Amino acid sequence: MRSVGPVLAVIAVIVALWYAAAVGMNAAWVRDQAARAGTEVSFLQIVPQTMAQERPVLPAPHQVAKGLWDGVTGQAITSKRSLVYHGWITLSATLLGFGIGTGLGILLAVGIIHNRAMDQSVMPWAIASQTIPILAIAPMIIVVMNSIGVSGLLPKAVISAYLSFFPVVVGMVTGLRSPDAMQLDLLRTYNAGRGQTFWKLRLPASMPYLFASLKVGIAASLVGAIVGELPTGAVAGLGARLLQGSYYGQTIQIWAALFAAAFVAAALVGIVGAVQAAVLKRMGMAR
Amino acid sequence: MIWIVSALVFWAATLALNIRISHSRFSTTKAGRLVVPAIFGLTILVVWELLVRGLQVPSVILPPPSAIGARIAVSLPVLWGDFVQTFVKGALSGWLIGCGAAVATAIAIDRSPFLQRGLLPVGNFVAALPIVGIAPILVMWFGFDWQSKAAVVVVMVFFPVLVNTVAGLAATEAMQRDLMKTYSASYTQTLLKLRLPAAMPFIFNGLKIATTLALIGAIVAEFFGSPIRGMGFRISTEVGRLGLDMVWAEIAVAALAGSAFYGAVALIERGMTFWHPSQRRQQ
Repeated sequence: MRSVGPVLAVIAVIVALWYAAAVGMNAAWVRDQAARAGTEVSFLQIVPQTMAQERPVLPAPHQVAKGLWDGVTGQAITSKRSLVYHGWITLSATLLGFGIGTGLGILLAVGIIHNRAMDQSVMPWAIASQTIPILAIAPMIIVVMNSIGVSGLLPKAVISAYLSFFPVVVGMVTGLRSPDAMQLDLLRTYNAGRGQTFWKLRLPASMPYLFASLKVGIAASLVGAIVGELPTGAVAGLGARLLQGSYYGQTIQIWAALFAAAFVAAALVGIVGAVQAAVLKRMGMAR
Repeated sequence: MIWIVSALVFWAATLALNIRISHSRFSTTKAGRLVVPAIFGLTILVVWELLVRGLQVPSVILPPPSAIGARIAVSLPVLWGDFVQTFVKGALSGWLIGCGAAVATAIAIDRSPFLQRGLLPVGNFVAALPIVGIAPILVMWFGFDWQSKAAVVVVMVFFPVLVNTVAGLAATEAMQRDLMKTYSASYTQTLLKLRLPAAMPFIFNGLKIATTLALIGAIVAEFFGSPIRGMGFRISTEVGRLGLDMVWAEIAVAALAGSAFYGAVALIERGMTFWHPSQRRQQ
């Protein structure tokens, strides 16, 4: 709780800098307009005009907030102008992909710790794949899946899935291996089988690692879904809002979509964090 | 049919070989650790090639690896131009500026616990956001050329490196700081001789995360507009023309560049933090 004050102070500084930047960057247009009209504008006249432009270079925070508010509450949620509608399109692809990626990732991790050949062949590639920009495959997946007749939700979900897949594999393998020799020996003295060791020791021990990966994974899933909406000129979704905004110079629309994406990301990570806290507390592992 | 059968036979053979190697003593040696994943990678390439030929998958859906290799061989100048545009101009310069600014900011706020307590949660929050989305705005501000890509990269790498550096500067133990105090070391001396070296493992952790982010940022920013070269530009246009062999060639280059970048930073880390337990040679 003691960091609330400093955080608010930092946010206040950021907002103040943003207003200053908005004045600075939008002033050129105001001066230009005044010069064409043949009038002189003083600095005090420029300031309010920089905050009320239709297509500012940098919209002021309150313009973005208004755009966001209009987008969320000002429209019916089925309307093409509603951010809830676009957000849901992106969110559904994110969640579907996150589910698929996490499920497959956990399965592969279980296979890796139980099979030496799999561990030695797959694991180096799973680790190496974290260093390459797999997001670059996104446009190809969209187009290829379109050309074989799959479109809509699934191609984006595939991108989300493979972005969340690798962090979960790596985290889960570490987690399932985290019980130390003493604990494994204890289970051996109980004559526990492989299955029992897995369910009663390895899986519970892996939970902190799993949740750490899930937080990384769900943020990556959302990025994947948004980027998946860019290449084909998709008509719906937060990524499509970004793209249309950049085509037509609607800066307020871009910033509103950006903040909507940020809130979705924060909510998703927050939900995973809350589940983590509840699960670890229930298991007596809370730190 | 013969292709499919041979694919299955090859797959079974290499699988058996890998299982044998991994249960033998050879697999614990250094060479064994390299051979097993190499065989696995080779298996995937060969099975991919044979299945694509056997099932007659059209090349607009999935080109065989041999076609991709041939495409790489004939379009080396184009690939090199794209690499320079995206990696050297966009990603690398942005990475240097962003990481430099982040480390400098961390040191600048080092003396103010108030700012640290405020910036850390904000930085952690921002690090989880889909910052790639800022790309269209920065393309609008800085134009289509590499400057806008570098700007996207700067924003993307800043916060992860900042958070890691601030955590690293707090990583010294009270005993070590007390020792510096008994030497009557000044703030600057303590910073240069104790706290910055102790922060290096954390800083390098941030720098390594940032290498991947830098390439992603530079490539995705090109989807929003770029001059007629660059890896992201090539990927998005060739996808539109269904030239999938070229797309795969660019992806291969991106993968190589990403791993090499990460590897280079990891090598520098090994040289600079040789004293850290995780870097010591294992007995």
